[in-house]
Amino acid sequence: MKPAPFSFHRPSSISQCLELLHALADGDAKVLAGGQSLIPMMNFRMAQPEALIDLSGIADLEGIRLQDDNLIIGAMSRHNAIKADELVAIHAPLISLAYDHVAHFTIRNRGTLGGNLCHSDPASEMPAVMRVLGAQMEIASADGRRLVSADQFFFGPFATAVEPEELLVAIRIPVSPRGRRYSFHEVSLRKGDFAMSAIAAAVDLDVEGRVMRARIGLCGVSDIALRAENAEEGLVGEYLNLAAATAAADAAVTSIEFNDTAAISASYRRDLTRALIIRALLGCTEERL
Amino acid sequence: MTNEKQETTAITLTVNGETMSGVVEPRMLLSDFIRQDLQLTGTHVGCEHGVCGACTILIDGVSVRSCLTFAVQAEGCRIETVEGLLERDGKLSPLQQAFSDHHALQCGFCTPGLLMTATELLRTRPGASRDDIRDAISGNLCRCTGYQTIIDAISDMGTRLLAEEKSA
Repeated sequence: MKPAPFSFHRPSSISQCLELLHALADGDAKVLAGGQSLIPMMNFRMAQPEALIDLSGIADLEGIRLQDDNLIIGAMSRHNAIKADELVAIHAPLISLAYDHVAHFTIRNRGTLGGNLCHSDPASEMPAVMRVLGAQMEIASADGRRLVSADQFFFGPFATAVEPEELLVAIRIPVSPRGRRYSFHEVSLRKGDFAMSAIAAAVDLDVEGRVMRARIGLCGVSDIALRAENAEEGLVGEYLNLAAATAAADAAVTSIEFNDTAAISASYRRDLTRALIIRALLGCTEERL
Repeated sequence: MTNEKQETTAITLTVNGETMSGVVEPRMLLSDFIRQDLQLTGTHVGCEHGVCGACTILIDGVSVRSCLTFAVQAEGCRIETVEGLLERDGKLSPLQQAFSDHHALQCGFCTPGLLMTATELLRTRPGASRDDIRDAISGNLCRCTGYQTIIDAISDMGTRLLAEEKSA
């Protein structure tokens, strides 16, 4: 038995959970979603929360539905449920593409999208995907609900806009417009491992094949999920060919401070990222979804 | 805090079809509960941080890392461990026999986890291709076999299950 002692709470509603978060605010309380990142950290005692609030009994945090022009994914939806979901495949196909690279089957059985996003691991795919999709995070507190855009949500490794007495309850994703093209490319040491570099791309082309709008998300490269905004802007009006994709990739990598780790140097990561951006952008010309 | 006596909780769950109960501290990992309290030591504990897959069990029919689950979370759940695979007369199950026939194990440490992962896969997708199988077991590390014989065993079992389905 390795984790340090903690008190265990299992609320059955969002309001009960918020009350608990308030009551336990003086101590170090953590919310437990799927536990696939938090429990390993507790096993190593890197995390030693005094109280754990298990969200698995809150039915309102689960489920995937369409509401107006948004796909609403409950924060406790398990990765495998989202990966297999038909609404997601139709209205947010980039999520389905990216899930082929997320963890292993057994981890995806248990891990949740909300937990993953709140963990804000820089090598995790979904934060970058959420930024590309323009997702909104629905955060509940005793004062009500607020929406935070994915671009404003991630502060750094393990740090997000969610305050200590708040709870991420759902992720709202604008449904994909017809004809938007998506692509996801990743390299990791082994399939299912964290990304050494991964690129999520979404592109709208006009009838002549020129870029009207582009979004490029990156993960695994730095200490936070990024968007290559300068490259996105540079692509507008261009035909999406090798020259344009290469120029965009060159523009993107110049503005990033790449992680340098024992296994993967910053220069290798930069070269890899450049190649993956080109691959992802050209990938958007191949498949019409 | 660390020296304080922790509060305990009584839990009841079904393990391999039998109702079992125990009294646990919240921090008791399900893997430790299964091995130490229930004395079902077929479930192996390897890395204890979700990387190796040796402790894989099924909770309500779904594969889970028991080292990344607290025992208190399994309250009221239906748990299946490798012990539950054995036939009533104590003989190996067809999947276990296939592992033996194909030399899909050497030291055997990873085997319980692989058997449970394969059990889930074969229940849902007996027609899984070799690539699908490779993908499905990618979260289970084996340092002996090189995996090929494990894929052979699972693939063979899947083929037989499909044939049985057809003839039934």
